[in-house]
Amino acid sequence: MQSYLQLNGVTKTFGDFTALQKVDLAIDKGEFVTFLGPSGSGKTTTLMIIAGFEKATCGDVLVEGRSLSGLAPHERNIGIVFQNYALFPHKTALENVYFPLQMRGVKHPVGLKNAADMLELVGLKGFGHRYPKELSGGQQQRVALARALVFEPSLLLLDEPLGALDKNLREQMQIEIKRIQRALGVTTIFVTHDQTEAMSMSDRIVVFEKGSIQQVATPLEVYHKPRTRFVAGFIGESNIIEATVVDPAARKATAEHIGEIEYAPSEFSLHKGTPVTLIIRPEHIRLSRDPKKGRHNARMKVETIVNYGDNALVIGRVGEQSMRVRVLGADVVIIKEGEDCHVSWTPDSVYMIAK
Amino acid sequence: MGATIAKLAERPNLWPWLLLTPLAIYLAIFFLVPLVNVAIMSVTEPRLTLANYERVLVGALYQRVFLNTFLTAGLVTLACLLVAYPLAYLMNHSSQRTAMMILLLVTMSFWTSFLVRTYAWMVLLGNNGPIIAFIKAIGIEIPPQLLFTRFSSTLAMVHILAPYMIMNIYSVMRKIDPVLIRSAESLGARGFALFRHVYLPLTAPGIANGCVLVFVICLGFYVTPVLLGSPREQMIAGLIGTQIEEFLAFGMGSAMAMVLLAVTLAILAIYHRRFGLDKLWG
Repeated sequence: MQSYLQLNGVTKTFGDFTALQKVDLAIDKGEFVTFLGPSGSGKTTTLMIIAGFEKATCGDVLVEGRSLSGLAPHERNIGIVFQNYALFPHKTALENVYFPLQMRGVKHPVGLKNAADMLELVGLKGFGHRYPKELSGGQQQRVALARALVFEPSLLLLDEPLGALDKNLREQMQIEIKRIQRALGVTTIFVTHDQTEAMSMSDRIVVFEKGSIQQVATPLEVYHKPRTRFVAGFIGESNIIEATVVDPAARKATAEHIGEIEYAPSEFSLHKGTPVTLIIRPEHIRLSRDPKKGRHNARMKVETIVNYGDNALVIGRVGEQSMRVRVLGADVVIIKEGEDCHVSWTPDSVYMIAK
Repeated sequence: MGATIAKLAERPNLWPWLLLTPLAIYLAIFFLVPLVNVAIMSVTEPRLTLANYERVLVGALYQRVFLNTFLTAGLVTLACLLVAYPLAYLMNHSSQRTAMMILLLVTMSFWTSFLVRTYAWMVLLGNNGPIIAFIKAIGIEIPPQLLFTRFSSTLAMVHILAPYMIMNIYSVMRKIDPVLIRSAESLGARGFALFRHVYLPLTAPGIANGCVLVFVICLGFYVTPVLLGSPREQMIAGLIGTQIEEFLAFGMGSAMAMVLLAVTLAILAIYHRRFGLDKLWG
């Protein structure tokens, strides 16, 4: 079956610098996909190529099988919410939302009604007569969203839209955006460098680094089965252990300070002596005074304890290998900084990445 | 001790005011005193009456001159706007180098003496000048009168005042966030619709600033209309000059000056209520 949005070998170079390297991607109709990556990883460039503000050096973007190349931004019928909302300061909220309809020749009574309905959907009923400067950041955000959706675009692009909001408002808007997106069923691409945003909102996450896609998967898969070391390090916290495979059949590797470790079954097939990276999430490690039966144990010297109330992060060393352990808040009383303790895990929680 | 410090902090800082005193004294002696003097003369010369004002406001000649002044100022403002807007747009949308070149050409006329510029126009537009010669050369037997007409004075005033308009509009154009234009494009706007619904309203403050500035400066123009304009279409500043220099009618001249001042202040007051005067200089 043909995908709704398709990127085929999209490449972008600026002189000698390659901003995007042969990006291939397929997105289904109605999906909410997040482009996640640090700044300069190519996620925004990809978005701008889809929107038509940047021209791909080579490759093509297709919507429902039709190429977008050769179409100017105003011909693409794509709704965009920009980082700082880009509301027209000389127009009221309602006029801002009516604007795309006006440009499509929708006359006043019908167009204004549609715009007002859309403002109601984003929760701004009764705010139509206000100018952008009379609205709060969150409200401006909603107006920008309404404006990008009112003309029933084939795609909705959101370019780090929550960056300027404070934490509480940000969480509220994440839920709102998700709700509105579901209600309208519009295919959406959300760009962010914030992994929690990506985790909480997306159907699928596309992880970008240095101009290429590292992984495309559901949030849980990206978290539990990162394809590369970069993904493991970028999303969530990880204990990253460099090791060498000693017995591929028994899934055993050896690491300098920890010794032999058994890892979870994986798609990579390797032979003896291959260097690999092992990933253990801090919340999968248990902390105890004595070794635990049936688990892999190691002695750790506790260096720092960071208390967050409901949980705590215990940072220490196994030999020279730095280790982070996430424990429930109540459990942290058993240990003090500077003491020795045992850390343990099961082979299931050791995720192996081939280099 | 805490209380003493609090008291010291409460005392308004006098330094900024102290720095302003030389300027204040200068303005008082050379501007305020003469102005008050003019105001007094307007009601005491030749006798203590309001007759001067009555003549200025009711007399047909004076009304015509005032009307002509406003017409000319309006025309100059409009012409400046038509010249300045495309030029400012060009500056804003060309490379840094080109923008600097245009800026240099525009401000060059600022650095040339006022009188020199006016005489240059006299040479250019005069009966023995290159423009008349050209018109004759292309076969028009009786060339039009260019110098000493409303055309010549308007042209020269536009030349002098256009930079004010350009700078005002350019500074506003520069501040427009390019994302707003992208955003408009993504919403389906292009070409003239984008200009009319987004670009033009965003530059409106610059247009308003430029127009008020040019109009107000133009109201009081003296040298250019006197030297280049038609004697039949005198402007108010010229008439004040004539009154004082030729007729020694200090009272009449002063009354007209006060009316001109009042009109100018009224325009600025309206502008201030609408936009805020502090924005006038960008």
